[in-house]
Amino acid sequence: MASAFSSRRCLVSIMTAAEKAGEASGGQSSSVDRVWRWLEEVPDPEIPVVSVVDLGIVRDVSMEDGKYVVTVTPTYSGCPATAVISLDIENALHARGLEDVRIETRLSPAWTTAWITDNAREKLKNYGIAPPVEGACVGAMKAAGPVACPRCGSLNTVETSRFGSTPCKAHWRCNDCLEPFDYFKSF
Amino acid sequence: MATGKHDQTLFELSLRMGDNALILGQRISAWCGHAPVLEEDIALANVALDLIGQASLWLGFAGEIEGEGRTADNLAFLRADREFRNCLLVEQPNGDFGHTLMRQFLFDAWHLPMLKALTLSSDERVAAIAAKSAKEATYHLERSEDFVIRLGDGSDESHRRMQDALDVLWPFAGELTCADEIDVALADKGLGPDLGAIGAEYKEYMERMLKKATLTADWQAPIRKGGKVGDHSEALGHLLPEMQWLQRSHPGAVW
Repeated sequence: MASAFSSRRCLVSIMTAAEKAGEASGGQSSSVDRVWRWLEEVPDPEIPVVSVVDLGIVRDVSMEDGKYVVTVTPTYSGCPATAVISLDIENALHARGLEDVRIETRLSPAWTTAWITDNAREKLKNYGIAPPVEGACVGAMKAAGPVACPRCGSLNTVETSRFGSTPCKAHWRCNDCLEPFDYFKSF
Repeated sequence: MATGKHDQTLFELSLRMGDNALILGQRISAWCGHAPVLEEDIALANVALDLIGQASLWLGFAGEIEGEGRTADNLAFLRADREFRNCLLVEQPNGDFGHTLMRQFLFDAWHLPMLKALTLSSDERVAAIAAKSAKEATYHLERSEDFVIRLGDGSDESHRRMQDALDVLWPFAGELTCADEIDVALADKGLGPDLGAIGAEYKEYMERMLKKATLTADWQAPIRKGGKVGDHSEALGHLLPEMQWLQRSHPGAVW
């Protein structure tokens, strides 16, 4: 881990002196905005087409005593990706030259798929994962409405298993194109 | 058990919630690679993952309350059987698939209303863990309820197995809703719910669901209890050495 980390740091440019100077002169909100932009490039370890920001996992970025604090929320309490996500965020910010980074975990309010951005829903669909169908019964895993097949768009689809390859997905099948597909559960 | 300046009832609540999730998670993890169909294998592993994640939140919180530096891992792997606070139901052996599902159903049907009630706890950390866990418990119950009805009201063979499972496991369900002095103290402080109200809801739900599943519970059966105060069945004594083996053999080992 240590060696992979240091080699990553060598590959990317660190903050320029001018950028650091800008920060010192009180450009705090702009530097926080920049951290948000960098985090938008950190992919989810399980579904790399979407970022940790797209998924609503990053809840806040702030600066406390010269230290960046990134607040994250777990998707599912046992999701093994949670620890990897925190590490990826730290590594990504270190690679940009930010040495002092702290990751905080926030449980409340609990993560919901309603926080997934529209842009990310489109990316999920193009990747072959039907995005969550949000509705009145968020929290109950039954889809609130018909789930469109991400391949052919048909609404003639059926759930084959409420559990899939990761905690956030269910197995579905399209009755028209007959392809199985993953559905990102509304949660 | 530690008796420091910390709130002992809150510590006990966290251990009870955490140990229930941990021990049931450990039990159903054993199905990984052995379930009757692939989808169920994945489902059981996913439910186990949720429960172990919840256990980590509860036990981490218990360690914080205690304030003696014990982590969730320390509590999971370095306590002896008498220090565990899970109810007897969750430590019962997996048996066949029917037993495993019935145990899950009897637990989920209590777990969900319990967690929902705990979201109203006067301790905001308890409320936050409960709110997170309740979302997961919602679909655990949807699945186990669905299965118990389908298999209970299924073929002669599936009905027989589900009834067998209910006969064996039903006496253990009573402990979930049976309040002791800790539960009463928690309710008095607004930290936890009135278990009597959860029990009434549980009974009404079970009557309705078991009827749908064409299964019969022995409502007169004496309650088998003790786990909540550390008085466990032999089953936990067999489970712990397997779960704790690595940390017991190689103290302090990390990934």
